[in-house]
Amino acid sequence: MLLYIKSLYAYRGFILGSVKRDFESRYRNSLLGGVWNLLSPLATIVVYMVIFTNLMQARLPEVNADFAYGVYIFSGVLAWGLFSEVINRSVGVFVNNANMLKKLSFPRLCLPIVVVLGSAFNFFLVFLVFLVVLVVLDFSPGVYMIAVIPLLIIQLMLAASLGLMLGVINVFFRDVSHFMVVVLQFWFWFTPIVYPISILPEAIKSFVLLNPMTGIVSGYQSIFVYHRWPDLNLLLTPSLLAIVLFLLAAKVYSARGSEMVDEL
Amino acid sequence: MGTIVVKGLGKAYKRYPSRWSRLKEWFLPVSKPCHELVWVLRDINFTVRAGEAVGIAGVNGAGKSTLLKLITGTTAASEGGVTVNGRVSALLELGMGFHPEFTGRQNVYMACQLLGLTLPEIEVLMPKIESFAEIGSYIDQPVRTYSSGMQVRLAFSVATAHRPDILIIDEALSVGDAYFQHKSSGRIRELQDSGTTLLIVSHDRTALQSICDRVILLSAGELSIDGKPEEVMDLYHALLTERAENLVKRNVLNDGSVQTVSGSGEVSVDDVCIIARGEKSEVVHVGEPLELIVRASVNQAEQALVVGIIIKDKFGLPIYGTNTFRQKKAIEDLSVGQKLEVSFLFPANLGIGNYSVSVALTRMDSHLDKCFEWRDRALVFSVVNKDKDDFVGVTWLDADVNVRSVAAAEVSADL
Repeated sequence: MLLYIKSLYAYRGFILGSVKRDFESRYRNSLLGGVWNLLSPLATIVVYMVIFTNLMQARLPEVNADFAYGVYIFSGVLAWGLFSEVINRSVGVFVNNANMLKKLSFPRLCLPIVVVLGSAFNFFLVFLVFLVVLVVLDFSPGVYMIAVIPLLIIQLMLAASLGLMLGVINVFFRDVSHFMVVVLQFWFWFTPIVYPISILPEAIKSFVLLNPMTGIVSGYQSIFVYHRWPDLNLLLTPSLLAIVLFLLAAKVYSARGSEMVDEL
Repeated sequence: MGTIVVKGLGKAYKRYPSRWSRLKEWFLPVSKPCHELVWVLRDINFTVRAGEAVGIAGVNGAGKSTLLKLITGTTAASEGGVTVNGRVSALLELGMGFHPEFTGRQNVYMACQLLGLTLPEIEVLMPKIESFAEIGSYIDQPVRTYSSGMQVRLAFSVATAHRPDILIIDEALSVGDAYFQHKSSGRIRELQDSGTTLLIVSHDRTALQSICDRVILLSAGELSIDGKPEEVMDLYHALLTERAENLVKRNVLNDGSVQTVSGSGEVSVDDVCIIARGEKSEVVHVGEPLELIVRASVNQAEQALVVGIIIKDKFGLPIYGTNTFRQKKAIEDLSVGQKLEVSFLFPANLGIGNYSVSVALTRMDSHLDKCFEWRDRALVFSVVNKDKDDFVGVTWLDADVNVRSVAAAEVSADL
């Protein structure tokens, strides 16, 4: 473990460089470049605010601000976006970088780390735009924002562990990446992102509460919509699961990691 | 720095009877292993000392590339191990794992970072890499737009920009054009002189013999010989011929070319060889006297026989051909079981490179009348330049050069 960390530290230049290159190459042939990173979330936020507050007149129970439902959806989508991006990209990370893995000798864990850092950076930009909008609407969550940090840690650990495990397995069984596209769709609707959990019937509610993303997403919603601390009870499942998945991922990676190149 | 120690190295791939059996093996821990091991390398032992240049030869599938991958660490050994001491730079199967969507420059940064260089170091090296690769403005285009030659140019420039302790090259250079091949072999020699250990896989005999101190021959995953380049390559070629002779009419040679043997068979070729420096050899030196011997057996009584040879260059173009009829050495009244030995004596006034000898046994000067046996690529040999001044081309004309100063007045007078 310590050895892994040490060798990864030695390759920090490569890791940071790769994050930067990923970012650059995404907008290489565009005129506005990185500005798109800010424009597209801004557009989404505006759409949510306009559609849900004005057109659909959607209201949340307990909150009386006009745009509360828009904020509700966007904070869920923001959290889910990071989670699904990390998983989606991690699942394919070894297969897509086969060319490099076969020809160069470097700590393979660099690749999923690049994914996590890159996704986290994207998240950060969207998060900034969101904050600016909230400040403009005079709906800033204030000090409660600090709670985003522990949420992020649990969420990234969950996503990265699951992604790494699936990424390794995907090298041997390519079905995994196709399967995950389906799973993530269902998972999205099993998470209270678009709807508040309170509208669910009791039977389904207890089921949805088992979903680790429920706690995470509700945490974000508490902060941004209700301006209060996340419910710690809801964070128990995701935290425990994050630890279990982390250990599982470590086991799968150390058992099968070295065999990967032979299959690529 | 720069040593490689390979001990008891072996690599096996798992082969599963079906895709489902892997799933079974993974998730049903009680079931017995479903795979069989396919060994591609077994029990390899050798040591490369610092500054040494070692070549690895062997037919396709002998395990050369796998060995290099094990040494660079891209793939894990199944048994035994490799100890590498020093900074390794490797060019495996074309390119350095470039990312097709990134530009050449971005890829250079990435590759250098993976070699352990820091950003300021890379910034210093970048102009050197650019100028050596000579790919012009393509450096800022995505690598997917590159030709394979351009990729190799860039990869080679990166791999050698900062002197590595160990440089490993897997046939990458054969892709570059002649100009770049020359340029890169110059760079390789420079590195060799400055103490870099070299490990090279190549099918190019001349390249191996001119660069390497030692050649390791792999066959079917085992180390079959480790010795002086010339000896090892001779054995390698002998093994190839042995293999080829099991086939009758069309023998596929190692380089993918086909040795064609045709004819009616009344007289047949037993052996074709070159004698240089008093012994059988497949490597000849520019300008030295050679004896090309054709041995033949008579299987059916014939009145007349003409034995002919053609020496062809690597493109198959004839360089020189002659026969016993044109040389007025008639061979007549052959009886069954008779053995013949015909020798052609000539100086090796040939340029460096590979040549092949085709042999024809016919009844008359033209093989269209009656051809007993026609054997293409009966012998392949290479010419190396040991003691002559450098020259280009396929023939050695041994020019005398005189230089004298000519007074300006004299020139105008001549006009």
